[in-house]
Formats: sequence, structure tokens, C-alpha cells
Amino acid sequence: MLCDECKEREGVVSVTKMQKDSMTLENLCEKCAAARGIETTVTMPKHPLSDFLSGVQQQLGGQQADAARCTFCSTTLREFRNSGRLGCMHCYGTFEQSLRELLRKIHGNSRHAGRRYEPPAPALFERSSTLGELRERLRRAVETEQFEQAASIRDQIKGLE
Amino acid sequence: MVDLSLLPDGGASWLDASGDHADIVLSTRIRLARNVEGYAFTGRARDGERLRILTQVREALPHVPALANGVLLRVDEMGPTDRLLLHERHLVSKELAGLDLPQGVRSGAALYLSESAGVMINEEDHLRLQALRSGFSVSEALAAVMRVDRELGSRVPFSFHDEFGFLTACPTNTGTGLRASVLIHLPGLVLTKEIGKVLAGLQAMGLTYRGLYGEGSEVVGNFFQISNQTTLGRSEDELAEHLARVVRTVIEREEEARRVLLRDAGYIIEDKLWRAYGTLRYARSLSFDEAMNFLSGVRLAVGLKLIIGLSVYTLNKLLIFSQSAHLAYAEGRALTESEANLARARYVRQALISEAGSQA
Repeated sequence: MLCDECKEREGVVSVTKMQKDSMTLENLCEKCAAARGIETTVTMPKHPLSDFLSGVQQQLGGQQADAARCTFCSTTLREFRNSGRLGCMHCYGTFEQSLRELLRKIHGNSRHAGRRYEPPAPALFERSSTLGELRERLRRAVETEQFEQAASIRDQIKGLE
Repeated sequence: MVDLSLLPDGGASWLDASGDHADIVLSTRIRLARNVEGYAFTGRARDGERLRILTQVREALPHVPALANGVLLRVDEMGPTDRLLLHERHLVSKELAGLDLPQGVRSGAALYLSESAGVMINEEDHLRLQALRSGFSVSEALAAVMRVDRELGSRVPFSFHDEFGFLTACPTNTGTGLRASVLIHLPGLVLTKEIGKVLAGLQAMGLTYRGLYGEGSEVVGNFFQISNQTTLGRSEDELAEHLARVVRTVIEREEEARRVLLRDAGYIIEDKLWRAYGTLRYARSLSFDEAMNFLSGVRLAVGLKLIIGLSVYTLNKLLIFSQSAHLAYAEGRALTESEANLARARYVRQALISEAGSQA
């Protein structure tokens, strides 16, 4: 919705105006609101990651860091920087150094202090999907032209079959 | 359409205003982000992997007493109105409902809901365990969700790292994966213009705030969601207790602001709030933002005991049931915006007539 005053910029502040016997709702842009002395401090915080991620970029720099690629899900450091999302649990190992730095910046700490956890023994849950998972990984490796990786996964599949 | 009567309490027991400070704090939610070992995270996973995760979790559910007698809803098989309905009821996130994903809802997206807790499956993380409570109830919500974590985690292997803790798709959730948030109504602080200071203070304390629907949502009707920003380096108890302590202070500041308003601007406030009530009681067409703002005024009037005989429960229901997907659900068909505005005004009017507010 456009600002009711300048009709140019996007209205971001909604103002309830009280007059003697009526009440009107107005929609103002930040500039027109400020001109009337209305505080517009209630804005949404920026995405917390954007600053950190650009920081990581500077820190690591260079193609060498960009080329780092997770062998499980094929996510690269560049992709992580763009999306802010890791691809799988193994990314934490692949990008361990830079992640530790990033986690310290975000949380002020990189060491977990909460509940410790041991996964259940495999007998307690179904894992019929190992072969399917390997095929997924093979497909990803081929798609991203990681042929050495693909060959080793293919061998694992053969072994299981 | 999804049959909401199948859900325990319609998934809306958190509206019942039974919790502490229910006139100021609508609800407390705690969620834990968890991923299942052996699969790429949701965003990177193939359709088949997500469906396998869903199957694996589904098979484990009967062995999780903390989630007894629940219902599993396949969000990926629902139409957009039903998905929006669940989102409006605060049961699923925008992400799970696929409301702002370019490709729409993900295959394998599901919600499991029991009386005491729920699980979103194939959200940004494979699992989001969550407990939602009425009012200011941090320790109750924490106890409920930790129990689900222990019981489900002994059946399904979660991704855990010795140093980093529970591993999540976004590094802002790594560690405990815990996000505790309270949905709080702060009209006093907004009207006295103290809100900017309070919000800045929150950020200095490692907390953050958002609008009514969480991440990326606008602040409407003076409703704020306050939550912890960091998840690593402190225990679950410490994170929850820190949030509770700060929120307790915010509640005190809000109460103080309301006393100041009554003392220094008594008749102006009284007039403004009754006008809000009058509009809701008699208007024939109400937009969502209008309804939220006037409901905020009436809620404040009830808190100040200017209007009596109107329950906080009714106000909570009005907030949720006057949203567009809920109106469409009640009417049994899709509504255009102007039809929704008419239906909203009708719904609000009837609710207020049946529980007529009277002057103190």
C-alpha cells in the first residue's frame, strides 16, 4: 500500500488519528511519518545471518575456500554463503573451521552446553534405506561431476548388492 | 477441507487463557530443531528421502508416550486454504505450509499433533518438536518438549555433534536447537512510546522480537513475539529461564505503562478504547489490520477493567477466527477480500453480542 501522504513510497507505519468525533486510519511511509514526529523504531530486525555470512566470505576469501565441497550432499561453501543453509550433518565436518568461527560470532560460543545425546542402537530403528541413500549420493556426485567420489559410492553399492 | 474436529481440542487449547498473565501473554511456545541421521537436510533432500523420514518418524510415534493419542496430518496433500488455516492457528510455520516457498509445499511435509505437544516433519529441519501453552508458561512448555525429545530421540537417531550439539540446517539454531517464544500484547508500551527502548533492550539481552506469525512477519495489533536469539553455549534450562526472566520484566513495564496511561490520560484512553469497541460491535466491514488494531484496543480495555464481562478467551478466539482462512472455513467456501471483510465484521459482531461487554 502506498503512503497516504506522499503517495510515492510504500506505507510502513499505520497511524490511528483521533479527532473530536472521528477516528481515521492512515498509512505512512517512514519519511512522512518521521516528518510528523512519529517514531518508526518498531522495524523488523535484519536477517541475523547476512552480516555474519559476508564476514565469513571476507575471512576465507579466495577460490580455495569456495571449492570446499561436502562429500555427502555436495553443498559448497559458496552455496552455503548464498543460502545461509547447510546441506546435511556432514557439512559441519567439511566446513568445520569456518563454521566454528561463524557459530562463535552468532552465539558467542561454539561449544554445546545443553543436553548430551547418544543415538539409539541401529536395532531400535529401521534402516532399510541404505541402498537408496547411496543411490541418491551417487546421483548427486555424478550431477556435480565428482567422479572419484561417484566411483567409490558405486563400489559401495556393488558391495551391498 | 481438513476436518479440524479431528485435532485434539481443535489444536486451539492454547487460546483458552488458562495460563499466567493471560491478558498480556497470549501463548508460550518452545520448539526444538532436530534432524535425522543419514539424510541430507530437508532443503537439500530428494522427495524420496523426505518421504522416508516421514515413514521413519511415523513408525516411531506409537513408542512415544509423550505424543500419545495424536493425529498426523499430511500437509503436503492439503490445498492452500487448509494449509493457511493451520498456519493461522499457529500450528504450522509458513515454511512447512509452503506459503512462501516458490515451489509450494514440499512432499513429505506433515504435522503430528497430540494434546501436549506436536512435531512438524520436513520443515527447514527434518523435525521441529514443539509445545504450545496458554499464557506465560515457559517451564511447562519446556518440560513437555524435552520429554518428546528424549522419547522420540531414543527411537529415531538425531544428528548430534560432540562439540556443536544438535546439528541444524541454519547455524542460528545449532546446539540446543531451542527457540522459546512468548506472544505478548504491549499496547501500553506502544502508546507511551516506551516500546522502542524496550525492544532495543531485548536485543542487548540476546533476545529478539517478531510479529504475530514469527519470522518475517509484521507487527500488527501491538502483538510481539519475543524469543531467544542464540541457541548454543547455554543449556536448555538457562535459555528458557533467561527468556522468562526478561519477559517478566517486560510484563512489569507494560503494567506500569498502563497505570501511567490511566493516570495521565484517563479519559482520552477510555474514549479511544470504547470507540474501538464500538467499531467492532457495529461495523459492517472490517479489514484484517483494522480488526487487529481495534481488538488490541478492546483487549487493553479489558485488561484495564474498563470493559467487563468480556473474557480473554473470547478475545483470543476473535484474533484467530477472524483471519481469512478461518472465515473461509466457517463459510465453507473461498472468499474474496471484500467478502472476507463482511464475514469478519459479522463474526466479530456476533461474538460481541453474545458476550456483551458492559461498562465498569
